[in-house]
Amino acid sequence: MANVLKKVDAVIVGFGWAGAIMAKELTEAGLQVVALERGPMQDTYPEGSYPQVIDELTYSVRKKLFVDVSKETVTIRHSVNDVALPNRQLGAFLPGKGVGGAGLHWSGVHFRVDPIELRMRSHYEERYGKAFIPEDMTIQDFGVTYQELEPYFDFAEKVFGTSGQAWTVNGTVVGAGKGGNPYAADRSSPFPLPAQKNVVSAKLFEKAATSLGYKPYNLPSANTSGPYTNPYGAQMGPCNFCGFCSGYVCYMYSKASPNVNILPALRQVPNFELRANAHVLRVNLDDSKRNATGVTYIDAQGREVEQPADLVILAAFQFNNVRLMLLSGIGKPYDPVKNEGVVGRNFAYQNMGTVKAFFDKDTYTNNFIGAGGNGIAIDDFNADNFDHGPYGFVGGSPMWVNQAGSRPIAGIANPPGTPAWGSAWKKATADYYTHQVSMDAHGAHQSYRGNYLDLDPTYRDAFGQPLLRMTFDWQENDIKMNQFMVDKLSKVAQAMNPKSIAVLGKKVKEHFNTASYQTTHLNGGAIMGTDPKTSALNRYLQSWDVPNVFVPGASAFPQGLGYNPTGLVAALTYWSARAIREQYLKNPGPLVQA
Amino acid sequence: MPEHAPDNPRRDFLRKTLTLIPVVTVASTGLGVGASQLLAAPQHAPKVPATPPAGHYQPTFFTAEEWAFLQAAVARIIPADELGPGALEAGAAEFIDRQMNTPYATGAQWYMQGPFNADAAPELGYQLQLSPQQIYRLGIAAVDDWCKANSGHVFAAQDSATRDRILAKVEAGELVFDALPAKLFFSLLVQNTREGFFCDPVHGGNKGMVGWTQIGFPGARADFMDWVERNEPYPFPAVSIRGERA
Ligand SMILES: Cc1cc2nc3c(=O)[nH]c(=O)nc-3n(C[C@H](O)[C@H](O)[C@H](O)COP(=O)(O)OP(=O)(O)OC[C@H]3O[C@@H](n4cnc5c(N)ncnc54)[C@H](O)[C@@H]3O)c2cc1C
Ligand code: SF4
Repeated sequence: MANVLKKVDAVIVGFGWAGAIMAKELTEAGLQVVALERGPMQDTYPEGSYPQVIDELTYSVRKKLFVDVSKETVTIRHSVNDVALPNRQLGAFLPGKGVGGAGLHWSGVHFRVDPIELRMRSHYEERYGKAFIPEDMTIQDFGVTYQELEPYFDFAEKVFGTSGQAWTVNGTVVGAGKGGNPYAADRSSPFPLPAQKNVVSAKLFEKAATSLGYKPYNLPSANTSGPYTNPYGAQMGPCNFCGFCSGYVCYMYSKASPNVNILPALRQVPNFELRANAHVLRVNLDDSKRNATGVTYIDAQGREVEQPADLVILAAFQFNNVRLMLLSGIGKPYDPVKNEGVVGRNFAYQNMGTVKAFFDKDTYTNNFIGAGGNGIAIDDFNADNFDHGPYGFVGGSPMWVNQAGSRPIAGIANPPGTPAWGSAWKKATADYYTHQVSMDAHGAHQSYRGNYLDLDPTYRDAFGQPLLRMTFDWQENDIKMNQFMVDKLSKVAQAMNPKSIAVLGKKVKEHFNTASYQTTHLNGGAIMGTDPKTSALNRYLQSWDVPNVFVPGASAFPQGLGYNPTGLVAALTYWSARAIREQYLKNPGPLVQA
Repeated sequence: MPEHAPDNPRRDFLRKTLTLIPVVTVASTGLGVGASQLLAAPQHAPKVPATPPAGHYQPTFFTAEEWAFLQAAVARIIPADELGPGALEAGAAEFIDRQMNTPYATGAQWYMQGPFNADAAPELGYQLQLSPQQIYRLGIAAVDDWCKANSGHVFAAQDSATRDRILAKVEAGELVFDALPAKLFFSLLVQNTREGFFCDPVHGGNKGMVGWTQIGFPGARADFMDWVERNEPYPFPAVSIRGERA
């Protein structure tokens, strides 16, 4: 029998970026807010303290900060005809498990969005015609525009303390010749901090890209280029390019995280409570199934606890949000055969390609130096910045050198043909470890009728609940785009005049490989939109079916972006919070009539 | 390295690199070098580090036979050569034995609920029921059995060139074992050997930071503010979490 607690105004499931932003906004509105986080309390101290955090084996290799898949994982299959198998070891993606979520161990590339990607279907239909989009491709418009979101992008950057170079501010060009991105959408103010310095690898990329006529720019990074205090009073010190960034807690207070940038402010308000080690099992609904009454969770001692609340926020990360909706009966589950239902549809990912260039010993790229969000990029092939007509695929890709710091256990790359062991391996490793440039085509990934999420019929988590099942594979459009992008990127690599290059692209008919890391940029499954038949949430991230449930996170994206997702996750969360504060609280109920 | 082994690469290595040792001593004795010297002419990393003194570690997971195999195998996977000490000298075998007493080794960090499908496509990742402890136990026995059947001697008793040939067969999956896929055993062995060569010395491997020094990784320095834009060798030797200096 669950222990029933006193009712609160709002309960938030998960304390990563989306949960922390919601908690801050809703406590500012005067609500009594409880955040439930399944994992332990974690922070700069002790998890990120120097020197113990500078430990590759413990952090990135043995995966100290990532979700414990022994308790809860997903199952994966390539098509509806296959039997899904559990993702037994972490591989393709590395979600978080404790306070701060993946926001504590992310890298910090902090983008906005290319405006056309918010109206993907409309834009492609307008420019290329309806027939250009493959029949089984289910891309949609988000239902919100860049202009509407701009103030929230702007505020999120101020909260994160983002370093970067604007191209235009209120229509005036300010970034020409200074590392601004001529393809970037207009901004209402400059970045809070100037762009960071650039490592040698990034400068090699810049030179090569310029020689080919492309327009390199500084990656916007949530790694500080100088000291900074954010609007919540949180302080950050300058990033020193320590190289233990992605997968680690920043010991320098330089990488934005919910823990450094938001939690200190929340700790000071009496109407907020963070409960760690609280694993939410489901959202409880009343008999009408149109109203949530709170959530049920398991506490650290294994007791079942019910937390009643007027408002429920699911901020548990993309696929956990979808799973919680399915486990709770919020929204109609998607059926790919009938092409009906909404929860689970439009599951999309990232379409990466990588090229590595190897140099002689007189080029010192010193790859142990790096910062997670730092680098030089080009957008000449991102979004719809080039004519897709002749190539016949949908989607674009930024390309970059983003040297986050590579460490010797997992970060060794040698020229193709090098043996994996023995003296030849050792010699190549000594010859190339500090003389190589790794660059990526960080391709957008589209949504398709056959890529979706539902509950697995066989496998269960440590609490006895069904695991989430991913049905996912690369489609023809993905391979075509990947090959195009990798070819362009290889030419940039060749323009650096290296000794040799290694190309890691996708082959025709290649299947999704769960064991090799791509990104933790998973999207969709509980998407926002304008039509309740094709979206689970309205444009304010409110469930169409259960209006006192809001679901921030990349689960709301109808397809994947060329850019990294967190900038848009944060902006959409602020946008949704504003709608709750200014409209919903005055008159609880659907903010959009279906 | 078991003393009865027909050849001893470490001794071999010491002999071959004897003339280098004085240079090595200057370059790698961080504590003896004044800051002015460190800041003077940049060193052209990587350096040839001295061989750390042999330890007297007693394994707690591996049996004597397994321990002999493990030492003989890591010594070939990352051999001692003209670049410097190999995985054996760096303590990789000790590292692996210590790791066998962590939750990682029992598969406690993996999702291990059935049903298991051992024939799954490789793109679906690891699908076997075996933990690292079991993979070592079964894999070592399988290779030793094969060696005994073929030559009458266990793996550790073969000379270096023969061990290399056997490992290549295991890597390629040319040896077919009933107990487990040969490739699975080999990839775990290579992965853990690299870990033992390149981990922070707190974990029992990378003794004297010899792995880091040979490739030019500065360990736990983790502060490169002044080095970001420089196309030059990083001049400072590695440091470890416990504050040792290479
Ligand atoms: C290594 C790495 C590098 C990355 N780099 C970048 C980058 O450079 N740029 C970028 O834009 N993005 C990056 N990302 C992605 C970024 O981390 C995510 O987009 C972001 O953290 C998503 O925020 P979120 O709040 O939706 O989810 P999270 O930050 O994951 O937070 C969700 C929280 O919910 C908790 N939770 C889950 N289920 C439950 C439950 N049942 N009960 C209670 N709590 C629960 C989780 O434990 C977690 O703490 C990176 C991710 C990784 C892993
Ligand atoms: S690289 Fe910079 S932001 Fe990243 S962990 Fe190190 S100091 Fe922090």
